[in-house]
Amino acid sequence: MSQSNPRVLPGYRLSISFTLFYLGVLVIVPLAACAITAAQLSWDQFRAAVWTDRARAAYALTFGTAFVAALLSSAIGLLVAWVLVRYEFPGKRLFDSLVDLPFALPTAVAGLVFSNLYVPNGWLGRFLVPLGFEGAYSRVAIVLVLVFIGFPFVVRTLQPVLESLDAEAEEAAALLGASRWQTFRRVIFPALLPGLLTGFALAFARGLGEYGSVVFVSGNMPFKTEIAAVLIVGRLEEGRPNSYREATAIACVLLAASFLMLILINRLERFAKKDEG
Amino acid sequence: MKDELKNGEEPVPGDAAARAPDGVPLSSFPLHPSSFQAKRARDPLWVRVLLTALALGFLTVLVVVPVIAVFAEALADGFGAYWEYLTDDPDTRHAVLVTLTVAPIAVCANIVFGVAAAWAIARFRFRGRTLLVTLIDVPFAVSPVVAGLMFVLLFGLQGFFGPWLRANGLQVLFTVPGLILATTFVTLPFVARELIPVMEAIGPDEELAALSLGANGRQIFWRITLPNIKWGLLYGVILCNARAMGEFGAVYVVSGRIAGETCTMPLQVEVLFQDFNSPAAFALASVLTMLAVVTLLLKVWVEGRVEKKKDDPQISQTNTD
Repeated sequence: MSQSNPRVLPGYRLSISFTLFYLGVLVIVPLAACAITAAQLSWDQFRAAVWTDRARAAYALTFGTAFVAALLSSAIGLLVAWVLVRYEFPGKRLFDSLVDLPFALPTAVAGLVFSNLYVPNGWLGRFLVPLGFEGAYSRVAIVLVLVFIGFPFVVRTLQPVLESLDAEAEEAAALLGASRWQTFRRVIFPALLPGLLTGFALAFARGLGEYGSVVFVSGNMPFKTEIAAVLIVGRLEEGRPNSYREATAIACVLLAASFLMLILINRLERFAKKDEG
Repeated sequence: MKDELKNGEEPVPGDAAARAPDGVPLSSFPLHPSSFQAKRARDPLWVRVLLTALALGFLTVLVVVPVIAVFAEALADGFGAYWEYLTDDPDTRHAVLVTLTVAPIAVCANIVFGVAAAWAIARFRFRGRTLLVTLIDVPFAVSPVVAGLMFVLLFGLQGFFGPWLRANGLQVLFTVPGLILATTFVTLPFVARELIPVMEAIGPDEELAALSLGANGRQIFWRITLPNIKWGLLYGVILCNARAMGEFGAVYVVSGRIAGETCTMPLQVEVLFQDFNSPAAFALASVLTMLAVVTLLLKVWVEGRVEKKKDDPQISQTNTD
């Protein structure tokens, strides 16, 4: 994998300069525009834009729903990955490919159909709403749609780990008299933990920034079901002289969170790889 | 088989092995040759049934029911009405056209970028290489809405290039080029992320051999590299295209949602939904869902091809890592 004599092959200058140019135009310049615009606000203005009651409610909702959804995604993802790797049942390949559907389905479609399923006269809402499960235009709705989007990340990070698990460790545990549950808790789960954390982080990061589906299902009521991304769009569309900058300030908070997650995920993935090899 | 038995017993002291008949049915050992089978046979039947039922239940509620619901809602008024919803509204027709313009351009741009970036990163060592890999991931981490906002800040009237663009009679925001830019940003990592590990796994040996035999860069690329990476490339393109056609947040911000001008298909779904024209929204959504299903089918097909290749012993040597 590592190359013994570097730069023997042609095309280094061409490929690296094109790569840098492309990333520069599409990623660095826009990010810089964001940073510069935010920096045009004084510290007090920045704080006033970022720390209003409405913005705080939006952060709490965004991080809260993304966190709960990532937790649920981890549990469901672990279950689905386990069943898909360990058991045989008819239609297994179909269900396995269905896990990828949330990756391929446009988020607007997911939002549209989820909002329709859980309203009081919807397919699922007609049974669930009488039970007190308000799955549309509520916080629960946001969590639901974020689980739909997030659980495939967990399944897809755990599947290869489960497949490569050492059968002998489990057999040894069983031979030493461990029950199946003990084996899972003490032998299998610790081996899955790095993958599970990575999947959790991926689902959480995706949930933080999600817009397309949430905007359909949440109802977008300020202080109640308005997430940070919706607030940014709202500020942008207000069209006041400073509204661009205020939107940017809130965006910077989201950006900071996204970059923290990106670094964390990179660390986790490296850690998981080291664990394997 | 005997060897495997020994391996299994190695950590167990002699007297514990005598206990084994109680804990582990010895009858499970004859199954051992494929250790997978032995593993699967381990969980008690009721656990297997319960967990499978739960997992399939979740998959059904989360994925299967929504997909069926899209088509059921779209076809609720019959097939004729469905067809009218799709074809009678000029704005909807235009949205399809916009999506079919924006997505291919964004995908092509990201193919060129993905191949260049993978070549640079997988074939050369240089300072800042890890940073470059992280930078490619940035669009995945950034919220689509923030991505759109960044382009508003660049090209909007109050933005950095806005006044200059206006003075020259140009417009990026609220036009198709703006949609292309935002879509390209959001889908930037797909092809590159797919190709970098593929090229690293294949290694530079074949290309170095070609070079030593006197091939030039173009010949190496078209005859060696491209045939080697074509399935990985196709895989990346499929995912990239699905995202490009389905992107919502980023294009939402830069498009201004001018019906009949800058609405892509997902944006038109939202416009119809806001107009309380739910059947038409579902009709258009069903087209996007079919697109997702086709994407999945293509994905399964490509994965099948790649696995076949892995079974080929010659190639599997280079592909396992």
